[in-house]
Amino acid sequence: MENNIFELQYAIDTFYFLVMGALVMWMAAGFAMLEAGLVRSKNTTEILTKNIALYAVACIMYLVCGYAIMYGGDFLLTSIALDGAENADALTASVLKESAEAGFGGDSVYSDASDFFFQVVFVATAMSIVSGAVAERMKLWSFLLFAVVMTGFIYPMEGNWTWGGASVFGLYSLGDDFGFSDFAGSGIVHMAGAAAALAGVLLLGPRKGKYTADGRVNAIPGANLPLATLGTFILWMGWFGFNGGSVLKLGDIANANSVAMVFLNTNAAAAGGLVTALVIARLLFGKADLTMALNGALAGLVAITAEPSTPSPLAATLIGAFGGALVVFAILTIDKMKIDDPVGAISVHGVVGFWGLMAVPLTNDGTSFVGQLVGAGTIFGWVFGVSFVVWLVIKAIMGIRVSEEEEYEGTDIGECGLEAYPEFTGTRGSGR
Amino acid sequence: MKLVAAIIKPFKLDDVREALSDIGVTGITVTEVKGFGRQKGHTELYRGAEYVVDFLPKIKVEVAIDDGQLDSVIEAISAAAKTGKIGDGKIFVYDVLQAIRIRTGESGTEAL
Repeated sequence: MENNIFELQYAIDTFYFLVMGALVMWMAAGFAMLEAGLVRSKNTTEILTKNIALYAVACIMYLVCGYAIMYGGDFLLTSIALDGAENADALTASVLKESAEAGFGGDSVYSDASDFFFQVVFVATAMSIVSGAVAERMKLWSFLLFAVVMTGFIYPMEGNWTWGGASVFGLYSLGDDFGFSDFAGSGIVHMAGAAAALAGVLLLGPRKGKYTADGRVNAIPGANLPLATLGTFILWMGWFGFNGGSVLKLGDIANANSVAMVFLNTNAAAAGGLVTALVIARLLFGKADLTMALNGALAGLVAITAEPSTPSPLAATLIGAFGGALVVFAILTIDKMKIDDPVGAISVHGVVGFWGLMAVPLTNDGTSFVGQLVGAGTIFGWVFGVSFVVWLVIKAIMGIRVSEEEEYEGTDIGECGLEAYPEFTGTRGSGR
Repeated sequence: MKLVAAIIKPFKLDDVREALSDIGVTGITVTEVKGFGRQKGHTELYRGAEYVVDFLPKIKVEVAIDDGQLDSVIEAISAAAKTGKIGDGKIFVYDVLQAIRIRTGESGTEAL
């Protein structure tokens, strides 16, 4: 009877991981819609191509080497089937043995394949952040080449030092020496993506016409706010998997309760972030800027991601609200610094991701501000530094920016040969 | 004969049409137009950065009338289209050399 319960626990924890992973996979759709909405219509097809292609690249690279670098095991996942056991009976025996050692309320025992599936969608999320920041001017194939390095090497290395538990080049251990904690990846996923994006944007330069010679900042309004809003809703929903799945176990009372708490807090933080950003935008600009409100919701989500399980619902709302306030000022400041980020990705994921890490010690006694700072510095330094070099190399080899003429005509035609809305071009169809 | 062309705010079209009917104008021509005047469009904010809406949507109302109706038509349009705020529009008056009703071949004021 006890063995049957362990088998069921294995089944439910594996199932939980797969469903949470599927929710996170849907975030790729959210990013695609958000970014498609916030660029001009002449760059829609190209940004969609980048989003869906980077997702596929991330899945392949993480399978080939990323997962092995981050968590150990074999390249190409050669021994992931049956959790490495000889046959189905051996798998059952090893699971039962592991479960008995861990105890019913102990560490989760689940299928290795479900763990890979859950982890792979995180690396795709990190890469999705980059595409928004470099939108409307970066070459498609240069971007995808960077995606190969980011998802196969840069992200897995810092993931190895944090969730993988390894020491940083044998120098120090973030977990053991500093008590660094990042529950679902405010820093490891979001700030890392923003760091890679920032390196790219600095080398890429702003979109033509964004900043005038006399120093004025010009607005380049997004073409489709319904899509941007849908994308934000999709991300909000996918985030329940992102944070909820990061509890790593559902199959006992304590963990089931924790998962529920994480769902509650994740939702509360997003709400807090949205309302704060909306109100601040109204106070600063005189009108309710929807795009700022959308960024506010995402900021709330990023802020709570580093620690969604220990805050009270009120604390979670406030952590999200502070993120929502921070993101508005971050976007304005980064714009003033002439760093052109069409969707606000560096502010939402980078600045607020840092705030998320710093908010952990407020409610989690096992962590310290110093430890969180060291972790944030390590992640940012590594990802920004290596990304900068990789972008430089790609720039030297094939260039990273489209021609001025192509930028004016739109990357849809220049890179993809397709327009997102071809019926607007003439009665005889597009391409005439 | 005169042609009165009035550039007005789009939401005032119904008021102007009614006012013209009331004073006996029998036909008008309406066009959706865009343009700017002394205010040169207006600025909006997107994510904190300004952008200029150069050409604002307006409605152009054209009325061909007998010389004697001119003052009352100008008065009616002015009263109906006025909000007192920037962007109420302008009225232009042209001389009309000839008017012909295509169906009957009538010309001059009889064709109006």
